[in-house]
Amino acid sequence: MKHDKYNKEVTGAEALILALIDCGAHDVFGYPGGAIMPIYDALYGYSDQLKHYLVRHEQGAIHAAQGYSRVSERPGVVFATSGPGATNLITGIADAQIDSNPIICITGQVASHLLGTDSFQETDVIGISMPVTKWNIQVTTADEIAPAIAKAFFIATSGRPGPVLVDITKDAQFGKTIYKFEKCTSIRSYVPYPEIDKKSIEAAAELINGAKRPYILCGHGVLLAEAQKQIIEFAEKGNIPVASTLLGLSAFPAQHPLYVGFLGMHGNYGPNILTNECDVLIAIGMRFDDRVTGKVETYAKQAKVVHIEIDRAEINKIIHADVPVLGDAKEALSLLTPLIKSGANEKERKAWLKRFEDCHQVELEKVINKAVNPTSPSVKMSEVIDKLHKLSEGKAVIVTDVGQHQMIATRYYHFYDTNNNVTSGGLGTMGFGLPAAIGAKVSRPDKQVVLVVGDGGYQMTMQELGTIMDYGIAVKILMLNNNYLGMVRQWQQLFFEKRYSFTELKNPDFVAIAKAYGIKGQKVTERKDLNSALKEMLDSKDAYFLEVVVETEENVFPMVPTGASVSEIILE
Amino acid sequence: MKQTYTISVFSEDIVGLLNRVTIIFTRRHINIENIITSETEVKGIYRYTIVVTAEKDRVEKVVKLIEKQVEVMKAFYHSDDEIISREIALYKISSEAINQNEEFQKIINAYNAKIISISYDYVVVEKSGSEDKIKRLFNDLEKFDILEFSRSGRVVVTKPMRTLSSYLKELEQNSKITTKKNNKHGKN
Repeated sequence: MKHDKYNKEVTGAEALILALIDCGAHDVFGYPGGAIMPIYDALYGYSDQLKHYLVRHEQGAIHAAQGYSRVSERPGVVFATSGPGATNLITGIADAQIDSNPIICITGQVASHLLGTDSFQETDVIGISMPVTKWNIQVTTADEIAPAIAKAFFIATSGRPGPVLVDITKDAQFGKTIYKFEKCTSIRSYVPYPEIDKKSIEAAAELINGAKRPYILCGHGVLLAEAQKQIIEFAEKGNIPVASTLLGLSAFPAQHPLYVGFLGMHGNYGPNILTNECDVLIAIGMRFDDRVTGKVETYAKQAKVVHIEIDRAEINKIIHADVPVLGDAKEALSLLTPLIKSGANEKERKAWLKRFEDCHQVELEKVINKAVNPTSPSVKMSEVIDKLHKLSEGKAVIVTDVGQHQMIATRYYHFYDTNNNVTSGGLGTMGFGLPAAIGAKVSRPDKQVVLVVGDGGYQMTMQELGTIMDYGIAVKILMLNNNYLGMVRQWQQLFFEKRYSFTELKNPDFVAIAKAYGIKGQKVTERKDLNSALKEMLDSKDAYFLEVVVETEENVFPMVPTGASVSEIILE
Repeated sequence: MKQTYTISVFSEDIVGLLNRVTIIFTRRHINIENIITSETEVKGIYRYTIVVTAEKDRVEKVVKLIEKQVEVMKAFYHSDDEIISREIALYKISSEAINQNEEFQKIINAYNAKIISISYDYVVVEKSGSEDKIKRLFNDLEKFDILEFSRSGRVVVTKPMRTLSSYLKELEQNSKITTKKNNKHGKN
């Protein structure tokens, strides 16, 4: 009975489990060890309410939690022990911080009397994680645990989400406390949802209504604010083209006539070059990453910029905002759309949309058609993704690792459904993909989850095949194997005189490895077998591993070289 | 153009928060020239006073990042003409060097400094005032063999009139705006 647990004396460890359940947690990814053993012991009695997934490395736990949070409303929860367990989380925490993923990390810590004594498996995880967490806290008594967890959930999930870490000493886990739970709904020093200044909305509307060539950049903030419906209404009312950032993909439906494509270094042609032709740039929930802006000094200089953003530190950080709108994207758009005049500058805006269409034709001719219907003997990454898109009807959750395959996947998979894109954007963490796909599938078992991965990144966290086997997680793994660290190789080719320094990989028999973990799979080397292999993979009820051997020296184009302007994008 | 700015950070009294604040400077290669912490007129709220020399634009960005920390209430930056500041400095000087030296006493008087401790080997001079005066006194005393010198860092009040408690009141109201705007993950 639910009410039985309150006002009862429990251990700190049990209080933690109860608090997690009270915060709405259903699943935990973790790995036990000495300093977190009391928590694992308490978990044993609650495994019907809090399902724990034993990963094979703590990095796998945090990336799984990230994938888990991306595709659903639930934040990710991670358990790790002190010392190496905690430090193994750091890469994922940094990734979650830069990509705004709500993750609650619980780490065990040595007993409080041993803190600072270099005792076994002691590390200053609070100090180490400080630059990469939204918030962290060390708890040394059982009484502090439930309030710390309530606060951790609130901070991780509110405003601009981010990872938090609660470090719990072993004596606090063993200690006794009377369990009480009070949800945290505000912290006096923290303003997660700034009140939107109505004047900024009016100023934005005035600029947009006067614009002949307005242009919307849709970022991850649209997904986080759940403003998918609002951004469509806004764009449609003003007849304004919409491009997406890498993390914003799947926020705006790719099949919508106003969707013009993907921004950034390997983004689409029109969305990049026309940034330097628009007259009003409307950036929503995005942070002008350098992979999006290229050379900042020449970025959208002709345009007035409206920046709708919940994080005050992002406004004017990279690009000056003529009209900053500080606040939640959904709320801002709900206020803004009623002030937008439909039919404003109709003729000019039509012509402006035509510009995108013209650019798309150029890209089709110069890049896309060749990429998806190649005549080369070897299979190209782009044709694989194109087929995957068609066979899954644009509705799969696509998880990617980092590198060429990631850019190809995000270029050639068109997201028709929302919250379907899981990738490591800001940090670019190789090894992210496989565990993130596991988390995504656990979070959304109803969805087809396809991991697109390279042969390099896959081997960084390949041990998580064990987690897939253990829990029967039906992740579809599509490896694009070029036997290279392809993105680095591409740069070596273009900018380092083809000196392929340590980018060629001698690879194992990946299908055999999958098989060793009880995962069905096959390797495809010829185009003629591709479609049926993809179909078999998608139709499989269980996890499936498909390796496609692709052209070794394929490059990703278009490309905005580092330091170049977005208008200097190279097509081939 | 680089200029001296005084950053005032008002925060909860939390272990480790100072570290969260200082790493923001470290990451951007901004040197903290001096830093002091003390409790403010509002019980439980602490103030860090941080002095840096940097471009205004960078200082502005750093201040936003400081304010973004969950347990920081408010952060401000001010140029030198917007603040009233004092430092205190102690100069430990060899007794032998100043023995029967009239000039020493003159200097002390001219700077409105005080001798606060006298012992067989040394005297200790205290001076409070602007950084510039403290530095000039140091230069003038150098010939007397300064055995030890220590400065407090900048103690500051700002010229703008709004009180901390009025900011805190506003903040408390704003911090409660949560329920109607739940985002993707905030609904549970």
